[in-house]
Amino acid sequence: MGARSPWRYLLHWLTNLLTAALALLWSVPVLWALVASFRPASEAMRIGDVWFGSHITFENYLRAWSLAPFGRYYVNTIVVVLTILAVQLVTIVLAGFALANYQFFGKRWIFFFILLQMMIPTTALLAPNFATIRWMGLFDTRLAIAMPYFGSAFGTFLMRQAFLAVPRDLVDAGVMDGCSWWQLIWHVYLPPSIPSLVAFGLSSATWHWNEFLWPLVITNSDQSRPLTAGLVRFTQLGEIGAQWSLLSAATLMVAAPLFVAFLFFQRRFIQSFLHSGLK
Amino acid sequence: MYVEEVALNIKVARKRFSPLPYLLLLPTVVFVALFTAWPVLLSIYQSLFRQRMNIARFREPVFIGLGNYFELFSDPYFRQVVLNTVKYILGTVPLSIALGLLFALLVNRRIRGEGLFRLAFFHPMVLPMVSAATIWMFFFTPGYGLFNTALRTLGYTGPENWTGNPSLALVAVMIVAIWKNSGYYMIFYLAGMQNLPADVYEAAALDGANGWQILWKITLPLLRRTTVFITTIAVIDAFRTVDHIFVLTRGGPSRASTVLLFELWLERFEYQDIGVSAAITVIFIVVLLAFTVTNFLISERREA
Repeated sequence: MGARSPWRYLLHWLTNLLTAALALLWSVPVLWALVASFRPASEAMRIGDVWFGSHITFENYLRAWSLAPFGRYYVNTIVVVLTILAVQLVTIVLAGFALANYQFFGKRWIFFFILLQMMIPTTALLAPNFATIRWMGLFDTRLAIAMPYFGSAFGTFLMRQAFLAVPRDLVDAGVMDGCSWWQLIWHVYLPPSIPSLVAFGLSSATWHWNEFLWPLVITNSDQSRPLTAGLVRFTQLGEIGAQWSLLSAATLMVAAPLFVAFLFFQRRFIQSFLHSGLK
Repeated sequence: MYVEEVALNIKVARKRFSPLPYLLLLPTVVFVALFTAWPVLLSIYQSLFRQRMNIARFREPVFIGLGNYFELFSDPYFRQVVLNTVKYILGTVPLSIALGLLFALLVNRRIRGEGLFRLAFFHPMVLPMVSAATIWMFFFTPGYGLFNTALRTLGYTGPENWTGNPSLALVAVMIVAIWKNSGYYMIFYLAGMQNLPADVYEAAALDGANGWQILWKITLPLLRRTTVFITTIAVIDAFRTVDHIFVLTRGGPSRASTVLLFELWLERFEYQDIGVSAAITVIFIVVLLAFTVTNFLISERREA
């Protein structure tokens, strides 16, 4: 054993070196964009001159903000994310409660019907959903971006699981005390299920903050366009060209709020991602 | 006595018909019906008609049976798209899962700065895909772009216009997907590793097993369920994420990087072809359902 330990030590440090190298490799794209976003736009990059320019500047962020209505995009994204979240929290709690608390005719079939949504991602249905939204007269509104997600099979499933874990005795005691159904939810079922609700909320917010394809096809003006669709439009503006400092600034602006939230609440975010493999 | 009576009453109350559970489920059922069930039926119906909105004489739907499907499968372009999709899945899924496992193994040791390393591998996951792709567009820049600079240092002398070259465009979007997803899969492996039984490892160490043997004979088999789960979400993600294609290549050049969902978008929103896009939607749904069901059956049989 003694003879092997120097080798083990060496191996340990070589593995550490590999870890550090890979971690650096993985971080370079974002770090480079961060550096470039503070480089004066007038100083074009060349081979051998790709990092900070002559001085650090915030002008790229200001220019990006003035070239496209990013403020409006921010408001739109936040409104969409919060609308989806608010409606989902109500629908999934009610549905989860019904499935966990009651026995009734057709329960299995209704549950199976809802789970259909987990097997067919909404993204795949963008063409027919586009027709439905047009028919409803909601094209190019923030409500149209949010609406297909108002019912959530995954959230319903998650809340049902959480509610089933609540001891039956506790529920029966509640019923004996004369709780109405909504008091039962509020006082008995919800308190121990908050972690599941938070996990679902974080992954829902992340997913919809980052979503692109559906908002792209269902919006047509800056009145309703969210950050992701706005960014892609911005990158394709004729006057932008390959101004990487400007593009990096815009890109990071779009990602920043969620990214900062993630840095602060890393553990909670990761828990929520683990919880919600299917998002 | 009283308690028993009340308990009986509760049971009876639960048995008696009440519209309440149906009402509670109504909102969810309505939204699932409207945005999952109805669009499936609508697509099946529309896929049997020829209807193109941008050609005046094809604007009214005409029943053509399975014509759209025959047209698609005899179209070399569409076969190219299917091939691209297969290549994309086979190229991204195994590699990003392997990298996720490697990252988890590297981070899950006694190592200083563990949190920082985990962050380095995981952070791409939190970025919107369109942001990640824009950053990579910059990273891929021919000449001074760091990606090509690094490759040149390693002796690469091939073409540098990754997103504009027909034989490299698909590889470029695959690289971005691998970069973004590996860290996501890492956290599932890390979670799986928390539950590995310590006594098995102690026994293996006593038997003098080396690290390599422990990895292949103990760790990987014990993580099999995690791997199956990750594979499922990785394949579904590969099918439904095309955001980076919009930013990097727009499916080009000459459809070299067009995959199924992007083709669906092209047919519906660029060529305004209702019939063909409905047929692609149906094909897409069938493939996804077939995958989910097979996957479910396989994992059920293994559990039994």
